[in-house]
Amino acid sequence: MEIFGIPVQALMGQLLLGLINGSFYAVLSLGLAIIFGLLNIINFAHGAQYMLGAFAALLGLQYLGVGYWGALLLAPVVVGVLGVVIEKTMLRHLYKLDHLYGLLLTFGLALVAEGVFKNLFGVSGESYAVPEILQGGIRLPFMYLPIYRAWVVVAALAVCLAAWYTIERTSLGATLRAATQRPDLVQALGINVPVMITATYAVGAALAGFAGVLAAPIVQVNPVMGSNLIIVVFAVVVIGGMGSILGSIVTGLGLGIIEGLTKVFYPEASAVVIFLIMVLVLLVKPAGLFGKQA
Amino acid sequence: MKLKQIAQATALIVFLAGAAQAQVSDGTVKIGVLTDLSGVYSDVAGPGTVIATQMAIDDFVAQEKPKFKVEMVSADHQNKGDIAANKAREWFEKDKVDVVSELVTTSVALAVQKIAADKNKIALISGAASTAVTNESCNNVTVHWTYDTYAVANGTAKAVTQGGGKKWYFLTADYAFGHALEKDATAVVKANGGEVLGSVRHPFPGTDFSSFLLKAQASGAQIIGLANAGGDTINSIKQAAEFGINETQSLAGLLMFITDVHALGLKATQNMYLTEGFYWDFNEETRAWSKRFFEKHKRMPTMVQAGQYSSIMHYLKAVKASGTDDTAKVMTQMKKTPVNDFFAKNGSIRDDGRMVHDMYLLQVKKPAQSKSPWDYYTVKAVIPAAEAFQPLSKSSCPLIKK
Repeated sequence: MEIFGIPVQALMGQLLLGLINGSFYAVLSLGLAIIFGLLNIINFAHGAQYMLGAFAALLGLQYLGVGYWGALLLAPVVVGVLGVVIEKTMLRHLYKLDHLYGLLLTFGLALVAEGVFKNLFGVSGESYAVPEILQGGIRLPFMYLPIYRAWVVVAALAVCLAAWYTIERTSLGATLRAATQRPDLVQALGINVPVMITATYAVGAALAGFAGVLAAPIVQVNPVMGSNLIIVVFAVVVIGGMGSILGSIVTGLGLGIIEGLTKVFYPEASAVVIFLIMVLVLLVKPAGLFGKQA
Repeated sequence: MKLKQIAQATALIVFLAGAAQAQVSDGTVKIGVLTDLSGVYSDVAGPGTVIATQMAIDDFVAQEKPKFKVEMVSADHQNKGDIAANKAREWFEKDKVDVVSELVTTSVALAVQKIAADKNKIALISGAASTAVTNESCNNVTVHWTYDTYAVANGTAKAVTQGGGKKWYFLTADYAFGHALEKDATAVVKANGGEVLGSVRHPFPGTDFSSFLLKAQASGAQIIGLANAGGDTINSIKQAAEFGINETQSLAGLLMFITDVHALGLKATQNMYLTEGFYWDFNEETRAWSKRFFEKHKRMPTMVQAGQYSSIMHYLKAVKASGTDDTAKVMTQMKKTPVNDFFAKNGSIRDDGRMVHDMYLLQVKKPAQSKSPWDYYTVKAVIPAAEAFQPLSKSSCPLIKK
């Protein structure tokens, strides 16, 4: 049986792959959306933080013998701590200024990080092995699904759900949202607002680092892995609505699937389709599909 | 008395100045190295080619003691044809650069060789791959030195098809180079009794090839030809292993460099066939040169970097022999002189600008066979210069009279 000339089997395989990629986009755009939605910072260093997470896993294995599972917990912490340093020393001076300054600062930091790692490791990067338990795959009727990729979907979605739940449904999340909307009032109530803001940036960065560790066994760990991805992720966040957590998760998944379908029917356009959609969405609904304010 | 001295001094100065005019312009040969310093091909070419060029200049000045000075400038073209074209133009018009070299990335090479022709300067291409450089786009100021898509496709595709891999499917980078590589490889596969079941084009550069590999898997081909290079090839190979493709199919890296094998490791690349123009561990000469290069670059040379040294040395020797840096005279001298150095055996530059030399069919060693760092290849065959490259009879270069 064929749909538009493509056998159903092939289509299902590509949809599944699209879902897997989509979950990657979801985790990455979640971190960006948290940082922008709550802190109003356009974090262009997100791609570099993703790359740092992957390198933390690689170097942790080479020099400290920390395996994949350890890296999954530790690399985000490392990247989060770096995020704390960035926020406390540099970002906090820019809150009162135009968004553009935060963008420029984080963009500059990303370039510096990339340059340093290019000098140390070269552009070809290094290989990171899939952990033993997750090696191999399942022979589905329509494709061979690597177990590791199935794990990526599970882990990514779990983290996204946990983050969304914390922010939207717990009192901690409510305090955080209040702190960013009316910091003066919340501070008057005795809550340490600067610490909450730092923590938020750190969590956003840690999410990027987490995505980096997830990606390390799939793509070559190289210094430019983040910059290749970051533009697409930004497009995802813009389409979903810059401030909406749920929007970025849903949009990430959806766009992954659409990209997957494009790869089936017209592969040459698969790099561009997300931006085409972004243009359309911005024309019709500038705040994004799930966006709250204009 | 004083007038006579002044007259004599003036005559001497005029004589010297006049003599200088007939030689190298302003007494300096300026070499431009235009390469990808920070992007996807920077490991294959990049800073290593700048080091190789400086080595060539230093060796030339020390051995030949020329009367002219030699200088080098370098710049990053970022794999963009327009940036490269602007830089080349600026170098030729303002900075008196005599030759632009390296030029990895086909779109860059094609753009810059046109500019070199316009400005009557020389373009020495080491890194770029497409045969278009010496076919449709050929001109009489360009030399294509190290390799091209025909040479690498011919070596690898022929060996693999004759070895039993008859059904092919291509994963192609969607730009000029990828298309050229696919076209050349397809011709070789068919000429050796194989068939091409299809191909899929991926955006350049890409990161995730899973969808495309899935298509390749579903095609039922025995061999998946990777018509891409650099980071794309590395990720394709890695992800193919992830999807269990090597259980039923084999990968053929149509353009691979030793830096790719180094990045992936022998476990992922073992037994793969590839064709290169240079291997550092081939003989005593190559080992000696490569050790010197390694001391500066901390990595063994790729064929692009070794080829860059060889082309610059050949150029400088031609300038010395012809006594001038005039483009036409130097090109004539370069084409007259055979190339026989550590890089090229039985090398010569043809009328279409193609430098033909022996190529090497290599197989990646198994991890157990590798005895030392960078000990990656077994040389399976030396492809003689006459066979390795596209014959002149098939050329579409307007300079070739048939």
